Amino acid sequence: MTTIARFRSFCCALAFLLSVASFCLPGADRAQAQDLSGPLGQIATDNYGNTEAALGELALSGSPAAAGIVSALADGNLVFSPSTRQVFIRNAAGALLDPVTLQPVADAPAVKPVRVNNRIRRAIEAANGALSLVSPDAAKRLDAAQAVGRSRDEAALPALETALAKETDPRVKTAMTLARASIVIAKEGITPAERIAAVELVGAEGNQDALAILRSVPDSAAPEVKQAAADAIAGIERNLAIWGAAQNVWYGVSLGSVLLLAAIGLAITFGVMGVINMAHGEMVMLGAYTTFVVQELIRTYNPALFDASLLIAIPVAFLFTGLIGVLIERTVIRFLYGRALETLLATWGISLIIQQAIRTAFGPTNREVGAPSWMSGTFDLGHLAITYGRLWIVIFAFLVFVALLGVLRLTRIGLEMRAVTQNRRMAASMGIRTNWVDAMTFGLGSGIAGIAGVALSQIDNVSPNLGQSYIIDSFLVVVFGGVGNLWGTLVGAMSLGIANKLLEPYAGAVLGKIALLVIVILFIQKRPRGLFALKGRAIES
Amino acid sequence: MSNLFTHARRVAGRALLGATALAIAGSAVPANAQDTIKVGVLHSLSGTMAISETTLKDTVLFMVKEQNDAGGVLGKKLEAVVVDPASNWPLFAEKARELLEKEKVAVVFGCWTSVSRKSVLPVFKELNGILFYPVQYEGEESERNVFYTGAAPNQQAIPAVDYLMENEGVKRWVLAGTDYVYPRTTNKILEAYLKSKGVAAEDIMINYTPFGHSDWQTIVADIKKFGSAGKKTAVVSTINGDANVPFYKELGNQGIKATDIPVVAFSVGEEELAGIDTKPLVGHLAAWNYFQSVDVPENKAFIEKWRAFIKNDKRVTNDPMEATVIGFNMWVKAVEKAGTTDPDVVIPALIGVAVPNLTGGFSAMMPNHHITKPVLIGEIKDDGQFDVVSQTPGLIVAEEWSPHLEGSKDLISDWRSPMNCGNFNVKTGKCGGAGN
Repeated sequence: MTTIARFRSFCCALAFLLSVASFCLPGADRAQAQDLSGPLGQIATDNYGNTEAALGELALSGSPAAAGIVSALADGNLVFSPSTRQVFIRNAAGALLDPVTLQPVADAPAVKPVRVNNRIRRAIEAANGALSLVSPDAAKRLDAAQAVGRSRDEAALPALETALAKETDPRVKTAMTLARASIVIAKEGITPAERIAAVELVGAEGNQDALAILRSVPDSAAPEVKQAAADAIAGIERNLAIWGAAQNVWYGVSLGSVLLLAAIGLAITFGVMGVINMAHGEMVMLGAYTTFVVQELIRTYNPALFDASLLIAIPVAFLFTGLIGVLIERTVIRFLYGRALETLLATWGISLIIQQAIRTAFGPTNREVGAPSWMSGTFDLGHLAITYGRLWIVIFAFLVFVALLGVLRLTRIGLEMRAVTQNRRMAASMGIRTNWVDAMTFGLGSGIAGIAGVALSQIDNVSPNLGQSYIIDSFLVVVFGGVGNLWGTLVGAMSLGIANKLLEPYAGAVLGKIALLVIVILFIQKRPRGLFALKGRAIES
Repeated sequence: MSNLFTHARRVAGRALLGATALAIAGSAVPANAQDTIKVGVLHSLSGTMAISETTLKDTVLFMVKEQNDAGGVLGKKLEAVVVDPASNWPLFAEKARELLEKEKVAVVFGCWTSVSRKSVLPVFKELNGILFYPVQYEGEESERNVFYTGAAPNQQAIPAVDYLMENEGVKRWVLAGTDYVYPRTTNKILEAYLKSKGVAAEDIMINYTPFGHSDWQTIVADIKKFGSAGKKTAVVSTINGDANVPFYKELGNQGIKATDIPVVAFSVGEEELAGIDTKPLVGHLAAWNYFQSVDVPENKAFIEKWRAFIKNDKRVTNDPMEATVIGFNMWVKAVEKAGTTDPDVVIPALIGVAVPNLTGGFSAMMPNHHITKPVLIGEIKDDGQFDVVSQTPGLIVAEEWSPHLEGSKDLISDWRSPMNCGNFNVKTGKCGGAGN
């Protein structure tokens, strides 16, 4: 028997014993079961094998204190004194309690937590899972049933069946029935009819986990059972393939929204003004660093506001990067209008200056930007797994797009921007201060890039190099979508994102990216002005 | 593209150089140029690699200061000469030439990526310099002028895989890496090794991603799918620096915990974790030869002095720093043994030199110009540090030519006379067998 097999069976035994012990042991036995000095002496010997063995002994002891010790271990609150090896439970207030009597210790020594690794963590999970099968809390029983189902340990079966017989809550009962089926399916000595019933029950789940369980039908099973399992597997795989395609499209939309955010500011500066702005990526990076600074300030002065930190960072980043943009336009770019190569070199230089300035100010290493609670976690939509963070970024990208479209269409400054772009001299004759409009347009594009940085800080490194990784993709999107057209940017970003994600499963990430670039190059050869070409004299000249 | 800003960087490099010289002049007794020994530092201080290499520059400066405080070497003070190759591979060769020809440095500490090492190699051969290379790498190289103080694959990757097999019962493997030479060679070695251990081809999934890959949704979903085949699955990650943060974030997002699918990484250390919220990552692993959390007096003293030097009491330490420290101390010891800084005397003198490492043992320079190391496996803790869960009982000798690869299994290297060869083919009995 390998170490692993032994470990697995130990886990099962532990789980089972803990569960049985906790509700079967009569009170009379408890008196002699109170002596936990053996396992408690072993649990903190800096050796995971010993800790694991001690956990086993604790379970066997049947002491009512065992459950408390196990959960303290899981939470990192089981501590020991390195000199005496004495073990304590640390409570929320930081006081040391005797693990058995739970009475505070008089003179507390210096302590270290008992170390936990993946092996111990799994043992704890199994133990806790089995323990909570009889918990009075239905939600805990539901989790426990799912945990036991995932572990698929035959030894947990008696405990599960006992719990199932007593269960009244229909949801928990369903979960327990399913957990039982997951275990029974691979068990030896089960009648074919019973196994088929289990196969059907598991097959109805129709997800990835069900596939794994169905594949565990032993070779010794009756042919009709194997047939049923094979049918169920084929059905699930067909179903999952469709969902898989939908999942890829979602990933594509999500990637597309990131591209859209990165590119939309460029669509203004490059698309509308015709300035090749190589420092665009650095505006995104500055936006991300603004988020970092805002979060740091909130952490220091008002931690309660942390969940709103991103919302606060959005206007701050917009104003800050917008201001930097205006500054760059006034001091450098306005002297270079109409000279594309010089603009390219100058903005490239600016991008290096900004990068190195940030590196000097914040250091070359990544900075941590935390995720607010409403952006963490996932939910399932059918068999689609959607993460909240990505969902918010998609929504945010579309909001930014709509807002920008609104500004260009409905506001005075938007009108002036379009006028200046279409015919600068005519606009000037009509009394528009074209200089001022140029500065505002560049500021707007930079500000939007800053907002993108706020969103990107959630999914990428906040480091001085952040901007570089987006600049090429941004130009790609704008050129592909059609210079000077916001709708083109939207369609370009989404089609590149989705195409990338549909190619990736077949070609791999590296080849997929190459293929995509080749496709875009060929496309630009065919249609040099991109998807949505602007028509008009301003463009022709 | 990068040549555009070469000049700007050169200016920045000079400014830094001047600052360093000033700093040293301030502390040293009045001395003319003959009374100092120059030590070259060839690490990128700008560009993409600055994130990792800046710390190593500081480490060498720290060691130089420590050595000077202790009286210098051969009665002379050390003087650090810092140049900035700006993450630009051809510039590495240029800067190496500047250090050796113009500055006449006695030794160079530098390079991070293998491509930068390969690009300076001809310069070091031609001008007979000494380079200490402090980063774990793919092996398949042994040169007279280079001393490798980072781990070869058998000093990092293979013990990590062994640990997962024995302790976690892993049967199915995802080898995920960034698409360049280190992950490709390491994965080739690992694939051969796993197959020799009886792992079937369909239980190995190999995946490469471009540098700085930031959208991991599809790949993490694939890993999840690959891991649901009913066998315990683990990910062996050779994903390079910057791409790690979004990778780990996505793992957390999709709810993959270390107890389900553990990830063991070879390029993620304390510095990289500094930019991530590590709570969702607790239990994922890394294999190195040093961790900041190693609880021995040598390490504690080092961290304390380092933090005082860098004036930041939160600054972390990592494995390549330890490798730099070991290399520096070895060079000092060899120079003192040889009584001169002449490379022709120091290079042979370095073989056999043993110095204390920071994990409570000794590391020795072997005839293949690699050093002996302990291998530590650590689990990520919620404070961004590692909890050492396994340590090899003894020191591991580097296998610079992997016995698991077709082209290199017959090669050995030994830089002592009479062999004096970095790629001796034991089958043909000739120096200069097939390498890559």
